[in-house]
Amino acid sequence: MLFDEYNPLDNKMYKVLDHNGKLVKESDYPDLSDDELLYLFKTMLYERTIDEKALSYQRQGRMLTYAPNIGQEAAQIGSAYAIKKDDWLVPAFRELGAWLIKGVPLKNIYLYWYGNEWGSHFPDGVKMLPVSVPIASQLQHATGIGMANNIKGEKNVVMTYVGDGGTSHGDFHEALNFASVFNAPVIFIIQNNQYAISTPRKVQTKSKNLAMKSIAYGMPGILVDGNDLFAMYNASKAAVERARNGEGPTLIEAYTYRLGAHTTSDDPTKYREDKEVEEWKKKDPILRFELFLKSKGLIDDEWIEKTKAELEKDVTTTFEEIEGKSDTEIDDIFKFTYEKMTPQLEEQLFEYKAFLEGGKK
Amino acid sequence: MPNTLNMVQAINQALMEEMEIDETIVVYGEDVGVEGGVFRVTQDLQKKFGEKRVFDTPLAESAIVGSAVGMAVNGLRPIVEMQFSGFSYPAFNQIISHVARMRNRSRGKYYLPMVIRAPYGGGIRALEHHSESTEALYAHIPGLKVVIPSTPYDAKGLLISAIRDNDPVLFWEPKRIYRAFKQEVPEGPYEIPIGKAKIIESGEDITVVSWGAMVRDVQKAMDIVKKKDISVELIDLRTIAPMDRESFVESVKKTGRILVVHEAPKTLGVGAEIISIVNEKAFLYLEAPPTRLTGFDTTFPLPRGEQHYIPTPERIAKTIEDVVRY
Repeated sequence: MLFDEYNPLDNKMYKVLDHNGKLVKESDYPDLSDDELLYLFKTMLYERTIDEKALSYQRQGRMLTYAPNIGQEAAQIGSAYAIKKDDWLVPAFRELGAWLIKGVPLKNIYLYWYGNEWGSHFPDGVKMLPVSVPIASQLQHATGIGMANNIKGEKNVVMTYVGDGGTSHGDFHEALNFASVFNAPVIFIIQNNQYAISTPRKVQTKSKNLAMKSIAYGMPGILVDGNDLFAMYNASKAAVERARNGEGPTLIEAYTYRLGAHTTSDDPTKYREDKEVEEWKKKDPILRFELFLKSKGLIDDEWIEKTKAELEKDVTTTFEEIEGKSDTEIDDIFKFTYEKMTPQLEEQLFEYKAFLEGGKK
Repeated sequence: MPNTLNMVQAINQALMEEMEIDETIVVYGEDVGVEGGVFRVTQDLQKKFGEKRVFDTPLAESAIVGSAVGMAVNGLRPIVEMQFSGFSYPAFNQIISHVARMRNRSRGKYYLPMVIRAPYGGGIRALEHHSESTEALYAHIPGLKVVIPSTPYDAKGLLISAIRDNDPVLFWEPKRIYRAFKQEVPEGPYEIPIGKAKIIESGEDITVVSWGAMVRDVQKAMDIVKKKDISVELIDLRTIAPMDRESFVESVKKTGRILVVHEAPKTLGVGAEIISIVNEKAFLYLEAPPTRLTGFDTTFPLPRGEQHYIPTPERIAKTIEDVVRY
């Protein structure tokens, strides 16, 4: 129904909460308890803290290249909260909030950005693929996971992410086409944060919006205010239900904004005006949700201060657990290329170790 | 009744038998279902195992391989077909960036028991892009295994090993000999280990290493040089990656000479790797320069020129003689 009401060809954006934290569509108040609301808000704050601390560590020379999520928390958390533990999450690389919701420990996440593959070895029961750097390529894996579910007769669904730039990729087309042809239970979330590094959204496509690309694949699509946690959650939940009922994939465009840089190697002042950034800061998804929760009497400034302090302590402690102790074991570089090391790998490892041991003498 | 099969039939039988045993195996690609593949390698699989396990896909190699990554992560053993190895390039990114890396990237949490099959090589008077020998492109990539059979018997046993392997295997099928000859192939599954070459014939004067369709041409060349009292030790590499180095290194220690024969272009081809290994490990045994006889560093010609491109038994014989008489 939601998807009928918001035909992407009409370019109408689905919103539930406005910038001031006021419900603009009371009928669509989501089925979330107060505890859940607080949990989601806390996760947003956690995500923001993780990003801000990582950026500060990076500036101090304690962290490597990092891709921050600031401004996109609602798009990530609102969508990922619509899937369950048994469902799959197939990330690109800028979905920290979704990973946290999925249960990836921060230690893994920091370890990954710190430069060690063990960060992508998630605990048992966390059904998420590792970060995929080649743009849009991961969508094909999501489709394959969904196709496998159909073949095996399993009911779990797959949520996957791509950016606005990724929609220009051939893999975007192929993955959506396959998903639709094979009725794969996949929810494709486009985080349209307006920029692919420096390239603005309008350079990617002449389409009025990205959600309308769904129509050619014969699947529903919807343009959603990506900074509105409720709208993202509702749209995602409706898509998850479709997928679980065997009705196939859905495309959701989360219209949002990257308030920070692409990564710490990037300088966004080169390609966008401060004024634009300032305008979007007013639409900060955390601010909006905070205003809503305050109006509902669920939190106050004291709660926020206390929570932020706790989260910051957690983040600092976690980073210190890995900092300076996470150099790669030499054997690990070789051990996971194949199930069993080939004679070539054994020889190369042996020769390298012999060199190192010789060097110590 | 003896089970005498050509390579197409042997591969088909391997797929049939493995699918029977292992319900997690699925087979898909372009035209592999209803039609049974353009070379009929997957003939009757869909009839036998149904459309859920054997199916046709939209025309999209990257999606065929990329979806197989997802399927393998999610507990299936996909066997996908690239209609021709020369059409595998749209899937290159998936193969290099994901198929080869998932195990290492996740430190072993996820691994990909999948097979990518493709007819490869020239000699069937085909259109452009249908004749390439692409094994070196993939053998260079850590995390991939590349297997090329040269007989129906090997094709069946190697494919079964590839299917049962917990790592991704590119199974490149020399289409020139798909139906060239028949051989007795045992019914019921058997494995030929990946990473082990085969000494097809023992000899004293020179080691010749080859694989795929070229093995037959080397055998024809051996008939020619035999008349000149040259004794050739012929090694069928069978697996390009990981390569069985010991097989030819030990052989060269005996013969003192080596010729590599392959259909792919010379520069940076698999032959270059083999000869480097010989230089590293058997240098002092050499009595002649290690030599390659290969396709040219050119685009594979259209049918009216392909007879010039693929080394013939006569050229192979001449080169063997040159190396032995060096």
